[in-house]
Amino acid sequence: MLAIRKYCLFKVLIISLLGLGWSAIALANKHDPLKVAFVYVGPVDQAGWTYSHDQGRKYLEEKLGNKVKTTYVESVPEGADAERVITMLAKDGNKLIFTTSFGYMNPTLKVAKKFPDVKFEHASGYKRAKNVSTYFNRVYQGRYLTGILAGMMTESNLLGYVASFPIPEVVRGINAFTLGARSVNPKAEVKVVWVSSWYDPGKESDAAKTMIDMGVDVITQHTDSGGPISAAEKQDVLAIGYHSDMSVYGKKAHLTATEHNWGPHYVAKTLAVLNGTWTSEDVWGGLSDNALDLSTHHKDTPRHYSSVVKHTKSLIAQGKLHPFAGPIKDQSGKVRIPAGKAMSDGEMLGMKWYVEGVQGKLPK
Amino acid sequence: MDIDLIANILFATVRMGTPLLIVAIGELVCEKSGVLNLGQEGMMLMGAVVGFMIAFHTDSLFIGFIGAVAAGVLMALLFAVITMNFYANQVATGLALTILGVGLSGFIGRGYVGEALSSVDFQIPLLSSIPFFGKALFSHDLLVYISIGLAITVYWFFKSTRAGLVVKAVGESPESAQSLGLSVLKVRYLAIIFGGAMAGLAGGYLSLIDTPLWAENMTAGRGWIALALVVFASWRVERAVLGAYLFGFMSIMHMVLQSFGLSVSSNLLATLPYVATVVVLVLLSRNQQRIKLFAPMSLGKSFHSAH
Amino acid sequence: MRIKLEARGQHSKLMSYMSPIIAAVLTIFCGALLFWILDKPPLQTLHTFLIMPISDLYSITELLVKAGPIVLCAMGLSICFKANVWNIGAEGQLLMGGLVGSCTALWLLDAQGIWVLPVVLLAGILGGAAWAAIPAFLKNYCNTNEILSTIMLNYISLNILLHAVHGPLKDPDGFNFPESALFSDWQIMPIILEGTRLHLGVCFALLAMVAVWVLMSKTFIGFQLKVLGGDERSAHFVGFKEKRLVWLCLFICGGLAGLAGAGEVTGPIGQLVPNISPGYGYAAIIVAFLGRLHPLGILFAGLLMALLYMGGEMVQIQLDLPKAITGVFQGMLLLFLLICDVLIAYRLVIEKPLSKMIEEPLRIEPRAIAIEGK
Repeated sequence: MLAIRKYCLFKVLIISLLGLGWSAIALANKHDPLKVAFVYVGPVDQAGWTYSHDQGRKYLEEKLGNKVKTTYVESVPEGADAERVITMLAKDGNKLIFTTSFGYMNPTLKVAKKFPDVKFEHASGYKRAKNVSTYFNRVYQGRYLTGILAGMMTESNLLGYVASFPIPEVVRGINAFTLGARSVNPKAEVKVVWVSSWYDPGKESDAAKTMIDMGVDVITQHTDSGGPISAAEKQDVLAIGYHSDMSVYGKKAHLTATEHNWGPHYVAKTLAVLNGTWTSEDVWGGLSDNALDLSTHHKDTPRHYSSVVKHTKSLIAQGKLHPFAGPIKDQSGKVRIPAGKAMSDGEMLGMKWYVEGVQGKLPK
Repeated sequence: MDIDLIANILFATVRMGTPLLIVAIGELVCEKSGVLNLGQEGMMLMGAVVGFMIAFHTDSLFIGFIGAVAAGVLMALLFAVITMNFYANQVATGLALTILGVGLSGFIGRGYVGEALSSVDFQIPLLSSIPFFGKALFSHDLLVYISIGLAITVYWFFKSTRAGLVVKAVGESPESAQSLGLSVLKVRYLAIIFGGAMAGLAGGYLSLIDTPLWAENMTAGRGWIALALVVFASWRVERAVLGAYLFGFMSIMHMVLQSFGLSVSSNLLATLPYVATVVVLVLLSRNQQRIKLFAPMSLGKSFHSAH
Repeated sequence: MRIKLEARGQHSKLMSYMSPIIAAVLTIFCGALLFWILDKPPLQTLHTFLIMPISDLYSITELLVKAGPIVLCAMGLSICFKANVWNIGAEGQLLMGGLVGSCTALWLLDAQGIWVLPVVLLAGILGGAAWAAIPAFLKNYCNTNEILSTIMLNYISLNILLHAVHGPLKDPDGFNFPESALFSDWQIMPIILEGTRLHLGVCFALLAMVAVWVLMSKTFIGFQLKVLGGDERSAHFVGFKEKRLVWLCLFICGGLAGLAGAGEVTGPIGQLVPNISPGYGYAAIIVAFLGRLHPLGILFAGLLMALLYMGGEMVQIQLDLPKAITGVFQGMLLLFLLICDVLIAYRLVIEKPLSKMIEEPLRIEPRAIAIEGK
């Protein structure tokens, strides 16, 4: 009799210990920091695309403290290796993974299929899945504003664009820049040189130099390095950076730059995963969401130029002005967007033509 | 096409051709002594990264250049020891040097990606204001003029000095040279080191003056083009100068054409310098007699000293 | 006292096997030193670098997937190098194979049937072989040095691929991004192990190993190639047709590299993208040397090389080491190998200085006296 009671007591003890342990683990897991990972296509520089994402990551760490633990892998090539790196991050326990380059699109989708409880956010892509979202910034808004500044500052009326690859995103930027410049200076024209790379300081610098040799006096870029800025600095012309403030490459030349501000988006999405409210969607943030901004204007910029830009910025942020609002003519003079209409998101995503004012033909 | 534009294109041609010329001269001397060093890319990159690092920390381009040359020399010494003392195959060792140089430079340069240097301007006071020639000929960086000076010196070296003759002798027949009492090992060591110094200098030019930035693999194949240049030049300095500027021209053309608004695919245009190299190589090598006439007889072959 | 290298009479067979091992050990040692300098715990870092990538099944399959194209290229290169044809163009031939294979796949995108994939792969093989035919032609009829021509062709082929993926072969539904359409299910390499990326292409590497071994050691052509590599003049005297042999080895190498390229686009990638090879063709050169130009050696060397790649990734993720560390290890390995190889043909001899030998007096043994004085 005593033995049976002892045995029952023993069982109860075991079960309650197990229960206690189990709830302790569950409780601990609940307070375990959420592991968030970032996949970068380039090195974390002093400036540039990857730098801007890393700034966002640091902002996330700052805001959410010990609720998150972040990791990043840099310089992951966009090919067969990307899938492995993303898989390893998922296996390592990361529950939210940001893949920050277009070329990671298909690898991200493949890994997402294998890890349905991990959430993926792909930058600059167009394919989604149940656990894959896409996100990007309305950089064209920033480009339009920098175009205005360039149009006002230029003396030769020739502007130069160091471009990477003829994808819609880049073409959109060129067009927005041109439209902005010509909205204040109808005589301005834009030259474009394609360097076939996102990051190649030598080539970018050569491209800038070539255009400067041809009379361009304001350079801008859709590439990652400070090459164009330092080329502009050396030749005493102006330059507009991209991704982040690039004045470190040329204090005299750097007029301004279109900066990304990924931080708030990263915080919002991480909180969504923590609260269980994350859904697959496409986020295209703009000036109104504080997703991008212009860096401080060069100290010698005339005051009233800066205020024109500031004023236009608030108009765009309030939705009162759309950079791609008609009438917009293409290079042949044909009216593509009639007056009173603005381009839709879909039309902007697939942009394959140059607006009037861009020199040269778009490579196919 | 206005005259300013032509001046600018000439300027760009010289600018692009200078690093090629410097490396080619270095490798030319090396090959004249009978040693084939394929490690140019690796040596150039090491020169570029070390030069950049030193200039960044000391704020002096001059010390940076010294560092660049030193790095090139060290890499070349490594090559020299392995091929001259350990009798290893020159082709394989040169390749290994390239791979090591590419990896090592990326490795140590990692902390300097994206850093900026304060660039230095140099222009010859009066001459650079001459309308056409001013821009095309007299507004270059100091190193461009040094490279021309180098070319002239090396030309004179091989044409009129005894030392130059010794180098050529070692390259043509090391056995005969040795029996005459010349130290083949010493001559080749010096030639290899000179080649390394030049490669380091050219690398330094890229990262200190041309861009001035550091990026992994920033030489983008210039080392290989320089090797082809030496063959193109039939191992003659004056031809190397011509070839270097020709390739410089090819490299800049695709951007110039784009700036004009030509819409040829930029990728296909980018193949210009490489296609040109192949074409030139083919045209030159066709005449087998000619190659035999100019290539140093012992090029690439290991030499084992008699004692 | 001096240490000198003295020629052995015959190549030491022991050293031929030991040399790669010694080189590997030296590399690991230097690597540990490097980690220590960088303030990382040497042993733990080595563990992350070398052991972790093979610690679970997924990682092992990834190792094989990575090693596959490298080993394929290296097999082909071993034939070329044995014949003294310095083909540095495996990378370009791989890219061409991937490009031509992709063209075919896109052309046959709507085709159905089990015959589709083999046709795509065959196209890749022919593409690589055709690209290798260019330096073969230039060497045979224009005396052009193949080292330089193949390197230039590497750059040219990369740019052609970029042109294609940005233009003619771009996915029409792809919002103008530089990628081709995804290949159809009939055009994807079948996966051997469920849940991993281990695909049929890896088996081709093994088949190539057997084929190359048979070719080089059991056939007359293999013998001819080896003689050609050993001494060109002898080959000529005996009547081996040098030109034909050059064509042959470049064709085979180009074909294998092309197969590797086609395997990548139909396997792990599944479409044509700008970046289909992170330098496999160049890594294959190191692997060929490491493996002593022998098929079995190349297999092991290829696995080691893939391990270095993956280890580099792991230490980047876990220990924040720079990506370029893989290149450093690869370069060191090759250099150490070249140095250790010396000991195959030469031995280390410690020479006593001449003066010491003269100083030792001649000794005359007093034997005669002892016998007499009994």
